[in-house]
Amino acid sequence: MSTHHDPSTDLTTRDGAPLPERFEDPGLHEHRARVGDSDPKAQKRAERQVVVLFAISILGSIGAVVAYALVPPGETVGSMRMSNLLLGLALFLGLAGIGLAAVHWAKALMNDHERAEDRHPTATSEPVRVKAVEALREGVKDSSIGRRGVLKGAMVTSLALFPLGIAVPLVGNLGGDWDVSASKRTLWRRGVRLTIDPSGRPIKASDVTIGSAFHVIPENLEEAEHPLDEKAKAVVLMVRMDPRDLKSEQGEGWSYDGIVAFSKICTHVGCPVALYEQQTHHILCPCHQSTFDASDSAKVVFGPAHRPLPQLPITVDDEGYLVAQDGFDTPIGPSFWERLT
Amino acid sequence: MKALAARRHHRSAPVVLLLLALLLTGAVYAIAQPASADAAQAAASESDIAAGQKLFQANCATCHGPDAEGREAVDGGAGGPSLIGVGAAAVDFQVGTGRMPAQMNGAQIQAKPVQFDDEQIAQLAAYVASLGAGPAIPTEDQVDPEQGDAANGMALFRTNCAMCHNAVGAGGALSQGKWAPALDDTTPTHIYEAMLTGPQSMPVFNDANITPDEKRDIIAYLDDQREGSPGGLSLGSLGPVSEGLWAWVVGIGLLIGASVWIGAKSS
Amino acid sequence: MSTVDSPPAPASRTTRAAAATADYLDQRTGVGNAVKEFARKIFPDHWSFLLGEIALYSFVVLLISGTFLTMFFVPSMTEVHYHGPWAAMDGVQMSEAFASTLRLSFEVRGGLLMRQIHHWAALIFMASIVTHMMRVFFTGAFRKPRELNWLVGFTLMILGLLAGFSGYSLPDDVLSGNGLRIADGVARAIPIAGSYISFGLFGGEFPGMELIPRLFTVHILLIPALILALIGLHLLMVVLHKHTQYPGSGRTDKNVVGYPLFPVYVAKAGGFFFVVFAVIALMAATMTINPVWNYGPFDPGVVGAGAQPDWYMLFLEGGLRLMPGWEFVIGQYTISMNILIPGVIIPGLLFTVLALWPFIEAAATGDKREHHVLDRPRNAPFRTAFGVAYLTSFSILVLAGSNDLIATHFHLSINDITWTFRVLFFVAPPLAFWITKRICLSLQRKDRELVLHGHETGRIVRFASGEYIEVHKPLDAHERWLRVQHEPRRPIEIEPAEDSRGVRRKGYRLDAAKRRLSKLFYEDRVEPVTPAELVAAQSHGSHDALPLAPEEHREELTAGASGSRHLAPEPEDTEGTQRH
Repeated sequence: MSTHHDPSTDLTTRDGAPLPERFEDPGLHEHRARVGDSDPKAQKRAERQVVVLFAISILGSIGAVVAYALVPPGETVGSMRMSNLLLGLALFLGLAGIGLAAVHWAKALMNDHERAEDRHPTATSEPVRVKAVEALREGVKDSSIGRRGVLKGAMVTSLALFPLGIAVPLVGNLGGDWDVSASKRTLWRRGVRLTIDPSGRPIKASDVTIGSAFHVIPENLEEAEHPLDEKAKAVVLMVRMDPRDLKSEQGEGWSYDGIVAFSKICTHVGCPVALYEQQTHHILCPCHQSTFDASDSAKVVFGPAHRPLPQLPITVDDEGYLVAQDGFDTPIGPSFWERLT
Repeated sequence: MKALAARRHHRSAPVVLLLLALLLTGAVYAIAQPASADAAQAAASESDIAAGQKLFQANCATCHGPDAEGREAVDGGAGGPSLIGVGAAAVDFQVGTGRMPAQMNGAQIQAKPVQFDDEQIAQLAAYVASLGAGPAIPTEDQVDPEQGDAANGMALFRTNCAMCHNAVGAGGALSQGKWAPALDDTTPTHIYEAMLTGPQSMPVFNDANITPDEKRDIIAYLDDQREGSPGGLSLGSLGPVSEGLWAWVVGIGLLIGASVWIGAKSS
Repeated sequence: MSTVDSPPAPASRTTRAAAATADYLDQRTGVGNAVKEFARKIFPDHWSFLLGEIALYSFVVLLISGTFLTMFFVPSMTEVHYHGPWAAMDGVQMSEAFASTLRLSFEVRGGLLMRQIHHWAALIFMASIVTHMMRVFFTGAFRKPRELNWLVGFTLMILGLLAGFSGYSLPDDVLSGNGLRIADGVARAIPIAGSYISFGLFGGEFPGMELIPRLFTVHILLIPALILALIGLHLLMVVLHKHTQYPGSGRTDKNVVGYPLFPVYVAKAGGFFFVVFAVIALMAATMTINPVWNYGPFDPGVVGAGAQPDWYMLFLEGGLRLMPGWEFVIGQYTISMNILIPGVIIPGLLFTVLALWPFIEAAATGDKREHHVLDRPRNAPFRTAFGVAYLTSFSILVLAGSNDLIATHFHLSINDITWTFRVLFFVAPPLAFWITKRICLSLQRKDRELVLHGHETGRIVRFASGEYIEVHKPLDAHERWLRVQHEPRRPIEIEPAEDSRGVRRKGYRLDAAKRRLSKLFYEDRVEPVTPAELVAAQSHGSHDALPLAPEEHREELTAGASGSRHLAPEPEDTEGTQRH
């Protein structure tokens, strides 16, 4: 019955003595020898393995230079991939050899007796602290700052103000002309033709067959001072549906025979909302899945956007090309604080 | 299926991938060439139209009506749009990719194993084309990637297609369980026909929007993608999410493995 | 170096040369003191202590590969036409930044490899920082005296995020350009100053001509300099505090057990640097990362399916995707809660709690002592459960940021997925908290059971009376110590609100708040076995047969299983030794 009691762990042997509140730390494990510690052959083998690993590294590094010289990226996808692969694998061998050799050396050959080192409290000892405080006190006294309020105030103020000389010009220039109202203006105005992105071909209304989706830029985009900035505001998605499917539009007569055009910049955070599902007339944003119904004034039907995509009022000119009736009547893109002002 | 294919790509060595891509390209040509050749011949023959009508009555009329005039879905029953004026291109795409005859009413009609042989597809196409003018099946020249300008194709693909099909045609999600399929094993002819006819959710890209030459440029760009990636495995070309996943699985996985080895006592 | 023909033993000549060099250096720097202090400094050995090293080494890899890239990258938004080996871009108009990225990928030999090494290293850098932080959190390594080092590490993580974002935006491609556009949208949602912040960032309207050069300076100078300085501080503090160690025999708060820096850690840690670099090189050799040539040069009218940021920014993207479209207009002014909540408030809350955790826990524990022996996660159930809940909410945001890929790969509706995650964001973290806490408490109870009753041996013995028991083997001293070494943590006691004369004392409210916090942390607990309990268990004579365990222990076990709040066994015979 009691044979399976390891005597060292059996507390019942402490007859009479009061039990401690907590157990005692039994101290470090005994050191367990490795195979190599007693077997010189095993040790020799480990040594050889380390040498081989280093040798692999040497070959890898030489291989990298050879791959660099002999396998250029070339002109085709295949040759580029081969160049990248060979150079990378050689580099890998050059590095892995060293790493594995060093670790194997440390594990198999280096002394593996655990040692304990004492820790000391992080805080400095009391006498040192007293001396430190004394040193500071003497310094304060020597500076004679203690009782001079004006001096202190002047120093703090001047130190607080000097960064302004750097920060104000920096921040002042960061925003260019700071004309933040520019984000409310686009290139669209009365009579501007709708053209295909990116070719710039104007579009006849008859070209837009039912079920079509056209990605549209204004015809005057290339003449703009900053075409990319203007494109970022002016891109439009134009689709045509059966006029009977059109439930509503944002303004009377803004569509043309089932052709509707909406700003392509999402009213959520500004991704181009470009996925037009022609059967449901839904426009989906691939970034955050806001979904707008093109047949119903681009109202939000799902997702994080709140406002409909602004509609571009369109009509045709004398030659039958699609043109804007006017610009957008609300700022395009994501909401911002002063959007309605 | 798609996920499986993507994973298989991950594991294979780049060289194998390249070989696969070459094989695939070859296979695509093999499939594409006879299909369009047949279609070109079929356009004129009266007997083909008659044969196509028979096939249509047997396989398609339940949904599309006996004269392809379309039928409303009643009480969950099958219904389908009118096919008058959809053209041979629509038939060749829908039947040639196995989407038609449709099997079930899910969020979207899926591509499946093709149910008719090339001749039958050509007959069906001839019949539907005879009902009203519509887009024809493109000629071999029109879809030849060798004659396209991949750079222009990429610019057009970015603007018109990438938002649904992903930058290199790896596919993407639409709303309510619909999706834009991956294009890596779609034949050039089917790509052309899809643009022309706008199947299901896809909008129509008629020849005024994207000209026939531009359509060929797009095909050239997509064809280039079959060579794989210069950087090694493409990881499905899905972007940063799959890269992050692999960084954790392979990178952190290997490094934690190495850490455990370094921290373990030698025997 | 060559010592082949010299008469004295070769070793002695090398030794003499080394001695001479050492002497030369010491006479000029007094380096002897440092060598004496650090050469044989002891570090404890555990695989999880290497997670931070992965971060350090991947940062070194970032510096090496990044320096290579700066030689060939042109941080300019000037429009040029590309002509080069990449056919799908031939003749295309693009910024110089994008064109130079193509050139350094396809024309500079080894350039693509370095670019891929740089980007994979960045992903590994952030991933290892996060795993390292998880290790520090779950083992309680942030406790006194290491709270400040936790803050340094936290700041390093934030800087890592910024380094990543500023870096992957540099090639000026469609994917990162849309990321910048989203950043612009978030900035503009900030009340009052939004438009000005956006203009300040972009030097005018989006995208402008300034952003890439600005990001370049931030990415290659400002952030790396800060990271380097803070890494220095981080490591300095590690040396100052000496490394923590896992609990075990002979390991106490007053010592550190392990191997000396020289030679063991010089070899192991030095070798590990090469292993980390090698793994990154292997990934760069075989796996494409950030193929900007697929995305194309930035064009504000273009977007690709699968528009996501790198993984460490994905939680922000997920928040933006989950949030319903709440937007208010007050007077004439627009407040976009659909952007502010996921873009500013949620990350703000998540990060603030994370940064302040050591101080929150210190307040709950009321413990002012230094801790150098780590906690086993089960012994800090509230903390462990909180950490898992935190990771759960983070993971849900990450998954929500990938909802379109989940939709396509598992054939689900993106709308359903979004709704599921909206619900899970609120339901899953508390559930994860509750489950984890139960698991921790059960594991602690299992530890108690093992200490009290030993391991099952599978050996059945029949007594003369016909009674059967299974023989249990008691734990040896080392194994037992591992399971009883931790101090029981109990809710702090506070002084009463009024003193003996009935006067309400100052600071009572704060104390009461701390007491409530403390109860939240430590009300539910399982305390380690005391010697008295073990004696009691053994002296019943039938301790090795679990079904015959003393009545009070059986009660305690069943009570625990039914989820009662009083899990700590407080049998009367041990009450005296524990409390008084």
